[in-house]
Amino acid sequence: MFESLSEKLNSVFKNLRGYGRLSEKNIKDALREIKLALLEADVNYIVVKEFVEAVKEKAVGSKVLDSITPGQQIVKIVHDEIVRLMGGTPYPVELKGKKNRIMLVGLQGSGKTTSAAKLASYFRKKGFSPFMVALDIQRPAAMDQLAFLGKQIDVPVYLDKKEKKVVKIAEQAMEKARQTEVSLELFDTAGRLHIDDALMDELISLKNTIKPDEILFVADSMTGQDAVNSIKVFHDKLSLTGVILTKIDGDARGGAALSIKSTTGCPIRFVGIGEKINDFDVFYPERMASRVLGMGDIVSLVEKAQEQFDEKQAKELQKKIKKNDLNLVDFLAQLRQLRKLGPLENILSMLPGAGNMKGLAVDEKELIHIEAIIQSMTTRERVNPQLIDLSRKRRIARGSGTSVQDVNKLLKNFFTMKKMMKKLVSQTNTMQRMGGKLWR
Amino acid sequence: MVISKITAGLKKTRDNLSSAFKSIFQASLTDDIYEEVEELLIQTDMGMDTVTTLVANVEKQMSRKEKQNSSMVFDSLRQELISMINTHDTAIRKAPAGFPTVVFVVGVNGTGKTTSVAKLANRLLADKKKVVLAACDTFRGAAIEQLEVWAQRTGTYLVKHQHGADAAAVAFDAVESAKARGADYLLVDTAGRLHTNKNLMEELKKIKRTVEKRIPSAPHEILITIDAVTGQNAVPQVKTFHEALNLTGIILTKLDGTAKGGIVVRIQHELNIPVKFIGIGESMDDLLPFDSKEFVHALFEA
Repeated sequence: MFESLSEKLNSVFKNLRGYGRLSEKNIKDALREIKLALLEADVNYIVVKEFVEAVKEKAVGSKVLDSITPGQQIVKIVHDEIVRLMGGTPYPVELKGKKNRIMLVGLQGSGKTTSAAKLASYFRKKGFSPFMVALDIQRPAAMDQLAFLGKQIDVPVYLDKKEKKVVKIAEQAMEKARQTEVSLELFDTAGRLHIDDALMDELISLKNTIKPDEILFVADSMTGQDAVNSIKVFHDKLSLTGVILTKIDGDARGGAALSIKSTTGCPIRFVGIGEKINDFDVFYPERMASRVLGMGDIVSLVEKAQEQFDEKQAKELQKKIKKNDLNLVDFLAQLRQLRKLGPLENILSMLPGAGNMKGLAVDEKELIHIEAIIQSMTTRERVNPQLIDLSRKRRIARGSGTSVQDVNKLLKNFFTMKKMMKKLVSQTNTMQRMGGKLWR
Repeated sequence: MVISKITAGLKKTRDNLSSAFKSIFQASLTDDIYEEVEELLIQTDMGMDTVTTLVANVEKQMSRKEKQNSSMVFDSLRQELISMINTHDTAIRKAPAGFPTVVFVVGVNGTGKTTSVAKLANRLLADKKKVVLAACDTFRGAAIEQLEVWAQRTGTYLVKHQHGADAAAVAFDAVESAKARGADYLLVDTAGRLHTNKNLMEELKKIKRTVEKRIPSAPHEILITIDAVTGQNAVPQVKTFHEALNLTGIILTKLDGTAKGGIVVRIQHELNIPVKFIGIGESMDDLLPFDSKEFVHALFEA
């Protein structure tokens, strides 16, 4: 999408090079493209309107730099403006002292219960002792779900299936917490519609009873134009202290993040990035800006890679790539490291432009086959794959339980990759000169 | 009664839309006004492409004079919208005689699958049908218990394994059980999953294959739940699930809020998968058959 936005902008500006300055007239079409891109990303239309105005003000009169195209320049302005609007720097919840209370609220199905467990686990890693309180007496078995998650992560859960008044449950839970060493109490409330006055009033009385340090609104990243309507009411009634944006492991562009922040000022504190308890992270405005613009979350990918990759190995590999003497031993090592990063499609989804890469779905099973094939080779064959003739191929295929065709395919891919790497190396210098263009 | 329920469910939507439309269309239609129309339609989440098509079609059909008549513009937009929505094929497909009709409910996390299964069971029970439920969400904590509560409330037979069990194995047992009991319907509740998770999409295909082996014509319905608050991402959601499973319909859930659910218009426009039911509240009878005229009417009604 970034590619297409950037390309569209470039075609809008194709006659602009050398013009000197961006003017109201020559960026009119560009602004239309930006508007469409943001709407497609589910940014609320009122926010889009204001946003486009702001971008226009920043863009008009700015000089077109020689090094980049006007399209890229506008994208940069848009990107920076989104980052600025979303608060610039990460702003996670910081706990202090011995008593902390966090209350989670939101619409049905946004992910409150899962987020409660993720928060408990997140803060326990920071040395806090969490305690979860089940206040969802609406949805059948919601309390069981929290109890289940508590058991899974070994965090105590308070629930009372007989009590019909949530305020009472909260009071009793806090009393219980007082008697223990608990330093963080997490309150999981029932999902509700912002227009359900009775249930909204219930939240107000819960707030008055619990007196939480933080009230976090849990918002689904796939939410469309209506995101602003619900959060506005929750914010008006409860004075939210922040937002947890969930399910961003999907491919929604998450424009709701921008809408939420710019209409309520509520900062986004955390994001939910998967079904596992540890799939939870601090919210980074910069990454979200790239995502909203469809530029891919390359920063997350790099960080994830850094966590997993052995630096020494990586340096050696780089050397080898430069000299173009990569062999199948390196290939296998690479493959294994890549697989450590998680399912391949997760990785692909973080790459810029990968959203459009149809047919690139990689079969995990195929990777297992590749591994088996390489492991069926002798060390000499791995270091020097040219050696592999038909009889060797037959042996390797038998040994790995694959076919000669599979072995051929792997070898072909390997040689193609080597060729590509050679090309890449020669392009590196050019790329470095282009700087920002690396995003594409 | 049906109309009044939808009307109530969409009341907030209508209040916002209709007053704005009225004030716009009482004036003569200029470019500026069309831009405003665009914006109003966008807030229903139907997406910019759909809006552009819709507005362009309406503009084409109307004479300059007609465009100045607000009620005519209203009618024209309404008609155009209705014609964009698939109205065929909204009835539940049935199994051949002697077999239970198998209905899958699938979708991303938190869109209302379990609740929809319960509501659907309730509808069928009201029609004196014999229903069996299958708890194939073996992943989320207490998902089985959630369905169990509904089964008890409706008095429906539930087939379940323990947490973490193979969902396809549950489906297998459920089919056998539904056949043995001479059930009319087997409703299969599945775990929520993001369409981008390939492994979990494969799991769904496996459940489908398992059921197919036992009853060749099954599953007869594969319905995806779409939360009315969902934005443009509902399109890749439906597309991916459709590619994996051949969806037969959509349940548009949580339409009792302020969200418009306009995304289904885009889905129909691009993928032509019919909406079969709408969810409009928390109680068991808050699931209604979708009716395009009522839907559009309720969106625009003055």
